[in-house]
Amino acid sequence: MCHSMCGMATTVAPQPTLKDDVLAFLQPLRSAIEWTGDLGFFFWRVTKAVFSRPIEWAEFVRQLDAIGARSLTLVSLAGAATGAVLALQMRDSLARFGAKSMLPSVIVFSLIKETGPIITGLVVSGRVGAGIGAELGSMRVTEQIDAMEASAVDPHKYLVATRVLACIAALPLLTIAADFCGVFMGWIACTLVDPVPLRLFLSNGFHGVRFADILPPTFKTAIFGLIIGMVACFQGMRTRGGTEGVGRSATSSVVLSSLFIILADVVLVELIINIF
Amino acid sequence: MEQHPNPESPIAVSGLCKSFGSLVVLDRITFQLKAGEVTCVLGRSGTGKSVLLKLLIGLETPDSGSIRLEGYDIASASGGELNEARKRVGFLFQQAALYDSMSIEENVAFPLRRHTKLASAERSERVHRLLASVGLEQDLDKMPSEISGGMRKRVGLARALALDPSVVMFDEPTAGLDPITAAEIAKLIVELRAKRHITSIVVTHDLHTARTIADRVIVLDRGKALFDGTFEGLDQSKDPFIAQFVEDAA
Repeated sequence: MCHSMCGMATTVAPQPTLKDDVLAFLQPLRSAIEWTGDLGFFFWRVTKAVFSRPIEWAEFVRQLDAIGARSLTLVSLAGAATGAVLALQMRDSLARFGAKSMLPSVIVFSLIKETGPIITGLVVSGRVGAGIGAELGSMRVTEQIDAMEASAVDPHKYLVATRVLACIAALPLLTIAADFCGVFMGWIACTLVDPVPLRLFLSNGFHGVRFADILPPTFKTAIFGLIIGMVACFQGMRTRGGTEGVGRSATSSVVLSSLFIILADVVLVELIINIF
Repeated sequence: MEQHPNPESPIAVSGLCKSFGSLVVLDRITFQLKAGEVTCVLGRSGTGKSVLLKLLIGLETPDSGSIRLEGYDIASASGGELNEARKRVGFLFQQAALYDSMSIEENVAFPLRRHTKLASAERSERVHRLLASVGLEQDLDKMPSEISGGMRKRVGLARALALDPSVVMFDEPTAGLDPITAAEIAKLIVELRAKRHITSIVVTHDLHTARTIADRVIVLDRGKALFDGTFEGLDQSKDPFIAQFVEDAA
């Protein structure tokens, strides 16, 4: 009897100690540090791959088409919608302060300095980030990346570096498209309420605009491209756990790259203001 | 240190250990393959057979022990040396691992485009010849998603042979195939030895296929190599696990 009771006592799970609780509490922090370290190492490998020969021109052009050209419609629509909304929202606000004539300038400055770049970054992050995360994740779980390594091809060079470079090159171009569509749609929204010639709208809107107002905000999106490409490729390449893992990689690629774009934007805006 | 190929022993493994966390997958595995030999690595699922192949080609890093592949010490090889060794090896993955975004022709041409300077026409001719050798000369433009599992394995084999390797590694080449297709794949492996004198290492749990293709068999269980020898020796083994394995497969 005693024997069996003693036997039962040994099957009871031990109570977690204070040390276990502390370790469990710190686990997310530890995971975050490990993730950051892995990302740093990944960044270094990709940077080395970018500068090593041969240059993967064919794959780079293919990715530029997949990432840039195929995002053009979505980015243009997002830019156009933003321009229209800006025009409709700001009209009333400016009218209250008797500054309705400033509407073209407000639309243009708002779009080229901030709204166009950030909208482009977030839209591309959603479309391309998810796509890259899912594509590379799927290649990882079906051993296609192992097959590439086994045939003496560096996947960091062939798959990752080309996608990251394509993101860096495409983002500024897409931003210009978003800005253009935003300004044009802003004019249409204005002119539907209060007709104004396009030439006059543009002349008022771009009055006082310097290159320093256009170039730095446009080219800061190259950093957004770097973030999207690097984070999405990193999440895709470290996918584990079959199709469920592929879904997780796609989601985390979008969430993390969007978050980092917003954080980077804060820093870049401050830098641009200080430098230019 | 510069390393040189050793055609006498294409693969030599000594004291190889590999663990994942507390799970010991391979424990002091030692063997050496002879050129032109077909060796089957047998064992139950989850005994580290596929991990062994990935260690041999440098896709996993060993905890200890040495691996010499075509004369290159895989564990200590630089990136360039590892790639040189890999160019001499073909690898057929369990699910073939064809590149989804490429057609069958492009899949087979991929290693040739990367590692040779063949002109387009010459490369195309070689791809056609490789696909014809596995009976797929009609399906060049199809995508991997449009073909059956057996066809995918054959395309994977054609891709593995593209660089004219001296060693080919097969990870479960007949798994998931019907008996007729499995026999066709087994026949192709035998032809590789007969026609090209290629050294092959085949990971499988299919004893019937192993008997058809292999000169030598290594049995893994719980990380250890329980047996290394011929099928005659395997059939006469008194080890309870091996006896059970042979009996269940009969």
